[in-house]
Amino acid sequence: MRSLSEIETAVKRASKATGFSWGVSEEVGKSVRQLELFGLEGIKNLNKYYKDKTTKKFEDLNLISEKNVASSEPYCPIILGISFLDQIKSLENLKTINFKNIAYPILFLSFLSRASEISGKKIHARFDQNEILLNLNVNIFSSFLNQEFPEFANEIEIKFVNNQDNFTETEWNSLYKLAENTFVEESESLKQGAAGAGLTDND
Amino acid sequence: MKVELRDPNTIMKLSRLGSFHQSKLSFLRSFLSEFKDWDYKRDLFNLDQNGFGEAVYSFKKKSRVYSLVCFANEIKDEERSDRVIATKWDSAFTLHDGIPSSDDIKRLKNEVPKQEVGRLSFKELTLSRANKSVRVFNHVVESLSEGNQPDLDLLSKVGYLYRTTAVYGSGKFGLADRFRIKNREEINGPFRLEMMLVYLVRQFTFDQVNHVAHYKNPKKAVKLDEQICKNLGIGNSTGLGMAPFIVNHPTLLNNWILSRETALKKIREIKVVKNKDSELFIDCVKKSLKNITSWNTDSEYQQIKIKALLKDVEKFINYIENNFDFKIKYAFNEIYLWLEKNSCEECIEYIVSIMMEPYNNIIKPLVANMSSDEDKYFNIPANRTTKELMDIIETRYSSILKINFDQKENYQNFWFISKNKEEPRLADRFEEHGSELEQPLAIARDVKKLYEKLLSEKNDSTIAQFLSANSELRHVVRRAFIIEKFPYSEIQDNTIGKSIVPIDMLRLKLSFFGALKFDPRSDKWLRICMFQGAPLPSELKNHDEQWVYKTIN
Repeated sequence: MRSLSEIETAVKRASKATGFSWGVSEEVGKSVRQLELFGLEGIKNLNKYYKDKTTKKFEDLNLISEKNVASSEPYCPIILGISFLDQIKSLENLKTINFKNIAYPILFLSFLSRASEISGKKIHARFDQNEILLNLNVNIFSSFLNQEFPEFANEIEIKFVNNQDNFTETEWNSLYKLAENTFVEESESLKQGAAGAGLTDND
Repeated sequence: MKVELRDPNTIMKLSRLGSFHQSKLSFLRSFLSEFKDWDYKRDLFNLDQNGFGEAVYSFKKKSRVYSLVCFANEIKDEERSDRVIATKWDSAFTLHDGIPSSDDIKRLKNEVPKQEVGRLSFKELTLSRANKSVRVFNHVVESLSEGNQPDLDLLSKVGYLYRTTAVYGSGKFGLADRFRIKNREEINGPFRLEMMLVYLVRQFTFDQVNHVAHYKNPKKAVKLDEQICKNLGIGNSTGLGMAPFIVNHPTLLNNWILSRETALKKIREIKVVKNKDSELFIDCVKKSLKNITSWNTDSEYQQIKIKALLKDVEKFINYIENNFDFKIKYAFNEIYLWLEKNSCEECIEYIVSIMMEPYNNIIKPLVANMSSDEDKYFNIPANRTTKELMDIIETRYSSILKINFDQKENYQNFWFISKNKEEPRLADRFEEHGSELEQPLAIARDVKKLYEKLLSEKNDSTIAQFLSANSELRHVVRRAFIIEKFPYSEIQDNTIGKSIVPIDMLRLKLSFFGALKFDPRSDKWLRICMFQGAPLPSELKNHDEQWVYKTIN
């Protein structure tokens, strides 16, 4: 088994060899390492993308807006991912961000995962029919576990999920009530003596 | 009194970093302190009469066990090479996480001797190999087998029976990634498991030499005297492989240097130095003279440095004994100021290291700060402005900005990775091919390039905007935001100039390892000795913390 450190170093060097700058290659190394850590096929897709890159053209998107449509060639997932990371502070104010036509979206996903950590918000991504939740770069929740990740995504929608509970107030209260069963009802003498601090702080 | 931390523009120059010495902060010493209460055991010693076979040594505490698995092999003299291009070694080692099963040993026997072309698993933590100093090893075997102890003069000249030629960790060749073990308290210090491997290898070398001598002449053979063992270490040959490490791990480098600088600052701020502390300090300085006089090297470069060091340390001892009173306030501050005025860099850093000896209360907490969670500082704050970036560069890289990179001699060299061994190398860009594949280690040149580019930018552009048009400078933009928070994260010197002495970079790292007796064999590689004078595993529990200044060699 390859260690993550080997993966990161090899990806960084390979990315440089395909023409990216060292700084960008460092980002790709970090991102693919993260994909592999989460059990997603980072190396496999990066390999395919770098092979495609020798014969096909991909569009670089440097400035992301609410709606982004690739002109003729699909977006390069790496430049797109880095732009997303770099512009995260302004992008997180947008309600929804849409992209049309991204190559190897799984590679873009790894940057989104890191963006989720930087912004401190979960990111909900929809790649055509597939839904993915990027959870602060701690994990990626998706229905892709046993499926091939598509090489192209036509419609991509990104939403930042506001920090909020996954449960209702009623569900919380019900659980909390159960937790209260570990507490002791205080008698008068316990009220007087068990707290440690004085009953008045006016002395 | 408040003493300022020393200026990174002085301390992070290569000549100063190349004058660093081991100290109480060094990793091999902090390893010994951490593991002194662990149970040491030789679990397996299955060598034939020539000393070839397997052995296992372990450290254990509660349910945690670390086991060194050793494989000693027969090699021909002509196969023995310390260079990284070697493919066979006298012995090969791995540190296994836990107790290795017989299946593990079988698997490791097939992989460990192959080193870089073998595959390890997440159950292995470090990997290394070593060659005998044949002259010394054979002499010791001969002497012991005849019932005599070896010639101490010869041992003193070399200082070890074996020297390692590489020690790998952190995910190399399939070894466990650091993240798998980083939360273990006992290894909360850099290179602790690498130090453990080397320390246990040292014991293996003693056991092997005794074993071979015994089988050579079972009736007459004696064991190598423990005091002699103690004064032998493990040699190490180090080439350029180490140099890029300190460039590639800026926050880690900062934490090492910052710990050293903080220690010095706190010691200089001590108002009243206790008698016992000044006595310990003076005692260590005096006893350390032996380390200088027994420091052998053929390198003229190093000989000049050693000569200057000896002269200055003697001058310092004379000053301390005849013109100095430790009863004055802030005595160590006075000493430091005197050193700055009267000593060479080598001596300043030598005495700074010894100043730490009496102060466990200062040093111990600092040792805990010498690792780094590097990923935490990887992301570029791309919402900040180019004006802010300019300010950082002007403040933190002021001496680098003075270098003129239009002059050929200032960009004469380039760093590259050799295809044959995947190891870093340095070459003259005007004499050799390959500079188009240069590694991103010319930080000074690239920072200057970044600065010049920024001069033509609008002050209120964001870093994101700047990077979208200047992707080739991304690696140094990242570094600039790192140095903003970590002032000692960058070498404040030119790493590609004609006059670069790469061994300065190696020595910086090796001094933090705790190496002694740097012996440059060229400007690109050197030999050192580790653990010379260190307690044997059986003595670890109550060992003398100042052992490093009390060797007899």
